[in-house]
Amino acid sequence: MSESLGSAALPPPGADDHVRGEGVLVIEYGDYECPYCAKTDLLLAELPVRRVFRHFPVVSKHPRAQVLACAAEAAALQGRFWEMHDSLFGDQGHLDPPHLWQRCRELGLDLERFEADRRSEAVAERVRRDFRSGIRAGVTTTPTIWLDGEAHAGVPSDPLLARLAKS
Amino acid sequence: MIEPGAEAPDFSLLDQDGKTVSLSDLKGQTSVLVFYPGDWSPVCTDQLNVYQEVLGELQQKGANLYGVSVDSAFSHKAFQQHLGLTIPLLADFHPKGEVSKAYGAYIEERGHNNRSLVMIGPDGKVLWSHAAPTPLEIPGANLIFDALEQHARAA
Repeated sequence: MSESLGSAALPPPGADDHVRGEGVLVIEYGDYECPYCAKTDLLLAELPVRRVFRHFPVVSKHPRAQVLACAAEAAALQGRFWEMHDSLFGDQGHLDPPHLWQRCRELGLDLERFEADRRSEAVAERVRRDFRSGIRAGVTTTPTIWLDGEAHAGVPSDPLLARLAKS
Repeated sequence: MIEPGAEAPDFSLLDQDGKTVSLSDLKGQTSVLVFYPGDWSPVCTDQLNVYQEVLGELQQKGANLYGVSVDSAFSHKAFQQHLGLTIPLLADFHPKGEVSKAYGAYIEERGHNNRSLVMIGPDGKVLWSHAAPTPLEIPGANLIFDALEQHARAA
């Protein structure tokens, strides 16, 4: 039996979380096949925030979501997580394996290693860990943005963006 | 909202395939009725998709989920296929909302269900219920696991 999915507090940023930027802490649960997540990513990129991205692939809705989360984690093993993250959100129309290989070439990744890593159990487990922490904290939709311990579901509203801009 | 300890009100509803599902079919298993406002609304989509993602683990813990809304069986079929769901969807279509009303999940002035969860034990008694503060709020799957774990400990 796997670990419980009962309620648990949102984990604070850990050593192997993906973090970038400076400012107020924003933890996002997202899915690379979700268009609202791509929009949110663009909005947050312009704000003075310290961003943590966690995977929340909802495969019944987005069949490629798990594969893409694993691709980003495989890129992370070559030190290029955010580059792959930006690449995936930058073009959600090309998400099949040949497109992933093309992205790898553009990012200068070792393709053979990427292919092995993205199918590895360790990478699947890394993605699962994020998803489970989201379920336990009550995440029910993507994107969900956490700010000061409070969850905001969906694309950030104008008031929320204004609050982040001033933070 | 129906309270724990109550006898679950009897029902017979068509599922998305036109098959009748009755309370008596649920005897001997733990079931969760997921009352939701309606097929096709974007928020519902997220709720059932997220439950679908953890359905395997809910079933491992002995719980089966059933969606319930006032939509027809035909709408449920299309909706279920569109979302890639295996969770059965029950049509509380005629007389409209009758079963949902019996469970206290119906919002009369809106003509559809609130987001409510009702866990029914193998003996047909309500083990746990939860109503969202508003139909826009989705009860997290964590709440279902909490209730299951609480009752596993109590049993």
